Amino acid sequence: MWKKIVLALIILVLGGGIALFVFKSEPRLNKNFSTTYSFLKNHPFRLGLDLSGGTHLIYKADISAVPAGQVGDSMNALRDVIERRVNLFGVSEPVVQVQHGGLVSGSTGERLIVDLPGVTDVKQAIEMIGQTPLLEFKTEAPTGTPQNATVDKDGKVTLDMSSQFVSTELTGRYLQKAILEFDTSTREPKVSLQFNDAGTKLFAEITKNNVGKMVAIYLDGAPISTPVVREEIPNGQAVISGSFTPTEAKLLVGRLNSGALPVPITLLSTQTIGAILGDSAVNAGVKAALIGFLLVVIFLILLYRLPGLIASLSLCIFISIILALFKLMPVTLTAAGIAGFIISIGIAVDANVLIFERIKEELRSGQTIHDSISAGFSRAWFSIRDSNISNFITAIILFWFGTSLIKGFALTLGMGVIISMFSAITITRIFLGVFSFIGEGKVARFLFNSGLAK
Amino acid sequence: MFIIKYKKIFIGISVALVAFSLLSMIVFGFNVGIDFKGGALTEVVYKTERPAQDTLDKSLIALGFGSVVLQPTGDLGYIVKTRDLSDQEHTTLLQTLSQNSTNPLTEMSFNSVGPTVGQELTRKAILAIILISLAIICFIAFAFRKVSKPVSSWRYGLIAIVSLLHDVVIPIGLFVILSHYYGAELDTLFVVAVLTILGLSVSDTIVIFDRIRENLRNQNTIAKVNFGEIVGKSLEQSYVRSICTSLTVILVLLALFFFGPVSTRYFALMLTAGMFFGTYSSIFLASPLLVLVEEWQKKPARNTKA
Repeated sequence: MWKKIVLALIILVLGGGIALFVFKSEPRLNKNFSTTYSFLKNHPFRLGLDLSGGTHLIYKADISAVPAGQVGDSMNALRDVIERRVNLFGVSEPVVQVQHGGLVSGSTGERLIVDLPGVTDVKQAIEMIGQTPLLEFKTEAPTGTPQNATVDKDGKVTLDMSSQFVSTELTGRYLQKAILEFDTSTREPKVSLQFNDAGTKLFAEITKNNVGKMVAIYLDGAPISTPVVREEIPNGQAVISGSFTPTEAKLLVGRLNSGALPVPITLLSTQTIGAILGDSAVNAGVKAALIGFLLVVIFLILLYRLPGLIASLSLCIFISIILALFKLMPVTLTAAGIAGFIISIGIAVDANVLIFERIKEELRSGQTIHDSISAGFSRAWFSIRDSNISNFITAIILFWFGTSLIKGFALTLGMGVIISMFSAITITRIFLGVFSFIGEGKVARFLFNSGLAK
Repeated sequence: MFIIKYKKIFIGISVALVAFSLLSMIVFGFNVGIDFKGGALTEVVYKTERPAQDTLDKSLIALGFGSVVLQPTGDLGYIVKTRDLSDQEHTTLLQTLSQNSTNPLTEMSFNSVGPTVGQELTRKAILAIILISLAIICFIAFAFRKVSKPVSSWRYGLIAIVSLLHDVVIPIGLFVILSHYYGAELDTLFVVAVLTILGLSVSDTIVIFDRIRENLRNQNTIAKVNFGEIVGKSLEQSYVRSICTSLTVILVLLALFFFGPVSTRYFALMLTAGMFFGTYSSIFLASPLLVLVEEWQKKPARNTKA
């Protein structure tokens, strides 16, 4: 008997501790949050873009020029560059991730997904990412390559530059740094480039093979400079001198230094949520969760009296555990994720309902309270297990396939299903065990019986 | 048990509801949102005064974005639906909405989905629906592997799937009607709702079938038991808990519908409907069907004897 009481007390204290952690680590609920321990400070709820406000961008990466084996590397390099770009602008906790094409993800190509919390100006957001220049070096096409010339109606012939040059492996990703310089004689601004080791080798090779020919420097798909190579350049230094204004040159240097894109990207879709909309969604979600919780508690106590009260207590511990896990893992909460959590509150007590109905049935057949409780738990187990498995299957597949929105829902629902099995069965059982002193009197039987039906 | 006695009436009600839902799907069609077909959705709220719809309509059509749908929202807001917009087009749109900056506004949200992203999501959704259905069918077959007399285990599975379809089709029908009259759009959350209903509904049917399974096992010793009576008894024993377990979920779903975020409102409503019809079907459809199947099985046997 004492063992049971001690065990129940330990669980109560642990549950209380977890609840305290959840409460204390939330900036909105604590006045002197800035003075609290750093462990608590580091674990607020992580809110998704639809709740915190921000911008969600999906880019398509054009990997047609990348050799098959290097796609993964290029995509990671792309992610790093964009991450650096975004960090430069001081966005807090940006998420930049690569989504590879394939059957599992259901996408047809390589995607780059960028989440920018707090950035609600799409134009600004797209600028900070999209304007990163794509720097390419191209060499003259071998003689004999057909050239596309167009003759307009005035009889003027224009030569299509793109067919004149062929791409080389050398791109902006081999760039170490760019410096703004001024030509000593003409005072014209020019941009000098320094390649890294691999880039130096490539550049040396290109210049060696093309002495006397043109090497075109392309920026964002357009040639900006087509110098003629005089001799091999072994030190990895190149100079772009076009008709820049000093401001243009300065901007170009800044953009080149923050990292050139290894592969070109195009914007596929944009989503921006204003902070006001996000805030109201958070408030509504919290309100719905509280009201849902209260309704379930009232329902349990009205219908199952003492066991209902105990189940409500386990439900509180369930909620504390789930919320603490949301903070510690951390789970990024979205509106759909909160919905999943709220639904899991309803599902969490399902197991309790099944057990209590079974206990009532055993009581009616004339068993003692003690025997009814143990029979109730063991007999209800199979239907609890079976009914939870189907929800869990759904959650897993949804998580596997989902976009971020679906993932949030699947994750919170799935976690709810697993943890509720533990709270509704184990914790409720330990608490109910404490009440074995209650005996078999009329009061006891009343407390364990149903509140509405006879 | 009156449910078994009047089983044909209850089965009839379900058939009628499903037929009605299917009919509304055919008549109204699906109002597919930009998640799947691509397009852009812009929500703005004016600071002081909302311009008249006609005035804005004219200047929006002049932009040449194709068809533009303007929906008033709240007291001062509009939701603008267009094809997917580039960055520049988006700026032009905002400029036009603010009547060349004379009428200040706040952009609440902007969502532009390219057609390829929409197609991908459609593929993903279809794949998820197929996989979840397969997984659940396998699970049902597994859960009922031990029950084989007098109705074989795969028939339990088949009936569970029939009631599953029933539980999914009716909320979809409801959604189609809602989307026709209130403009709800078929989006990602709709697909999630359908899939969640699959999971929730099968668990409810299993609670009752589990009871039938247990009662069948206990009464195996008695030679001839009326199958209908056993099902009736199992129903009597388990309908309270079936309703109660659903009620707890419906309670939280209603809280989510009435007080929760706007973005999950239709989602909560669909799930509530799914839960409700899921409970209805496990009591009033699945179990009566089980008895009906058993009766059909017996009939030809009698004929051969005579």
